[in-house]
This record gives sequence, C-alpha cells and structure tokens, in this order.
Amino acid sequence: MTDALLLDPPTQALLIQAVAERRDREAFGQLFRYFAPRVKSYLLRLGAEDGLAEEIAQEAMVAVWRKAASFDPAQASVSTWVFTIARNKRIDGLRRLRRPELDPEDPALQPEARPAADRLLDASEREERLRRALNTLPEEQAEVIRLAFFEDKAHAAIASETDLPLGTVKSRLRLALTRLRRALAADGMDQA
Amino acid sequence: MTSHCAPDEMLLAYAAGWLDEPLSLVVESQAALNPESRKRLAAYEAIGGVLLDELPPAPLCREAIDRTLPRLDQAAEQAVPHRPAGTAPCGCGSRPRDGLPLPASLRRLVGSDLAALPWKWRMPGLSEVVLQVGGGQRVSLVRIAPGRRAPRHSHRGHEIALVLAGAFQDGTETYGAGDLQISDGTVDHEPRAIGDRPCICLTVLDAAVRLTGPFGRLLNPFIRG
Ligand SMILES: [Zn+2]
Ligand SMILES: [Zn+2]
Repeated sequence: MTDALLLDPPTQALLIQAVAERRDREAFGQLFRYFAPRVKSYLLRLGAEDGLAEEIAQEAMVAVWRKAASFDPAQASVSTWVFTIARNKRIDGLRRLRRPELDPEDPALQPEARPAADRLLDASEREERLRRALNTLPEEQAEVIRLAFFEDKAHAAIASETDLPLGTVKSRLRLALTRLRRALAADGMDQA
Repeated sequence: MTSHCAPDEMLLAYAAGWLDEPLSLVVESQAALNPESRKRLAAYEAIGGVLLDELPPAPLCREAIDRTLPRLDQAAEQAVPHRPAGTAPCGCGSRPRDGLPLPASLRRLVGSDLAALPWKWRMPGLSEVVLQVGGGQRVSLVRIAPGRRAPRHSHRGHEIALVLAGAFQDGTETYGAGDLQISDGTVDHEPRAIGDRPCICLTVLDAAVRLTGPFGRLLNPFIRG
C-alpha cells in the first residue's frame, strides 16, 4: 500500500458507487488509502493532536462506508462529500450538539424555485472548474484562502502571521473569493 | 442590493468548520430554508473538497486500515438513498407558514411544536424563548404579532435575525421566511411584522440591545441579555 496513490474524481465516484451497491471492501480500501491521510492532514492543520486526528480520520472513513448510498454526485464531488463528513465529525467532538447532515428529507428543506439545469452537470465537473480557478489564483490569494480555511485563523491572526496589514488580508480574501465564485457562476452557482 | 443571505465570511467559516455554535445554527437553518444560501454554502464546501484533495497526505498509523475494517460491520446505521435528481421534496413545496416545519437543526433544540415552547412575554405583541446554545451570545426565538413592532432600538454589538415564519419590514426592506438580516450599532430600527401571521425569527445577539425610542429609554434597564 502506497501513500502516493492518486485517485481522480471519476474513479473516486466509481469506488463510492461500488461501496454503496456492493459493499465492496476492496473499493473502500482504495478510498481509505487516498482519503484517510488527507483527512488526517486537514485535522492536524486545524490543531488536532496526532492521536485524535488519526481517530477522527478513521471515524470519518467508517461514516463514508455507512453513508455511501446517500452520496449524490449531482450535489458534490466525492472529495467535497468526504470533506464535509470529516468536518462534521470533528465538530461533533468539539460540541455538545451533534451536527446534522443537511438532510434531504428535512421537511423544512425549501426546494429551488427552478430545478436548475446545472444540476445535470456533474458536481465533479463544476468542481474541476473550481480547482482550475484555485490553481490559477495569484499565490498570495491562494495562500489567504488556505489560511482562512484550514488554520482556524481569524483575519487578524492571518494578518500577523503573514506580516500584512489587516485590510490587505481582507481584500485578498475578497478578491480570491470573487474569482472562485465567478468560476462557478457560469453554471449559476452564484450571481453575486 | 441586499442579498438576505448569510455573509460570505460566515459561510466560509462554517464550511471550514470553525464557526461558533450560535452562528452555525443560523447558517444551517438558513441553508434549509433558503436555496440561494444553500447553494453558496455548497460552493464554499466545494473549496474545502478541492483543498482536501491537494493536502499533502499525513502518515497514518500502520494498523489504521486494519483497525477500521472491523468497524464497518458494526456500522448498522442505514444510509438513506438520495432522492432521484429533479424530484421535489415530499409535499413541502411552500414556505413555512406557522413556523413549521422547522429546520432540523432547530428541531433538535426545541422540538417541532413552537406553540408548546415556554414563550416569555417581553412587551405588547412581542415574546421570546431563549435557547440553550453554547457560546457567549444570546440566542432566541422571537415572535412578533401581526402588525406589531419591536421597540425602536439600536445595538451595542451585532444582531442577526433569520425569519423562520411570517415576514417583517424594516425601513424599505422586507424579509420573508429564509431571509437573514444583520444589524449593528449603525442602525436604529423598529422592525414590524407584516402579513396576517406572527413573524417568528431566530435571533443571535452578541451584546444587549440599546432601546432608543421614548419608552425604550425607560425600559432599557429591564432588557438585559
Ligand atoms: Zn417533506
Ligand atoms: Zn435590531
């Protein structure tokens, strides 16, 4: 088993399908080898100590196994889905209240006015566009996104870490977010 | 244009997993009630997915997979298959009218029967239930009777109001179910419930309100977080 294993999004989706439909342990093993070390890396970045990060990563992967049938490729790519599961597992550990998944059967869920045509577009295609946008951001903007996302940093803390004025951090973050949203806007993700 | 969605910073913080509990409740509730806000949140979560893919893998404990595999069989919890694409949720095509149905996050806290909650009278036409949510903020459900106003006030900190049912008007702006308003010390307002039903909001205050109307100044000492 190698940590260098790479899985492209279509393969990830096929593996999830194999887990959902056939309870395929081999497929799960591949997903585990790809995602568990990344989930652990994410948790370490958020400040979890090694043992806890390991434990939550395993728990998150067990949840992936359990919930595989509820994975909806129209809503999110596999990596986004795994990311939200891991994030919620971590928060469950921090809080009194369990975080509910956004329940598709929640009777309060208000449907979209027009079932968007972009729904037909696979979420992984949308996210491919997002990935390209993220990779073409000026490094300084990509950096504030990463800091804002993974390092639990208030804007002020990012400012002191990067030796930048707070206003600069905020405007870089805003620029970056605008670009990323624009990348998604082509299919109506956001008009703002 | 006011979008009535949670601001980007809040959605990003939620997506990243470090928004505090009161504001998480607001984001989750709005995501259920407001498709636009749900879409924006999904975009931020997708950023998380992309970043996760690109993180350098951290070395795992050598027995990690061997310790995980046996746990799969204990995984009794059955996953609910997702609804086929394009179908509407069961019979929930309209906006909530009587405050029901509540978003799942709120139902966990208060149950589904709003009428059964211990509403506390605050002033004519306005009652409140304070919710037990971690964090230093005051989190409540506020109910304003049709046509009644909240007393004119401003804020020492921030106020977030998410409309769960009914609607209110503030100045020229109208907020209906699923809309969110953020106010701070720069506003001096008296939101008014409009329509023929009570307006019920989830509110989060990070500091006490400051009543500014003629009677408000007298009441001020009694309105304490
Ligand atoms: Zn329903
Ligand atoms: Zn106010």
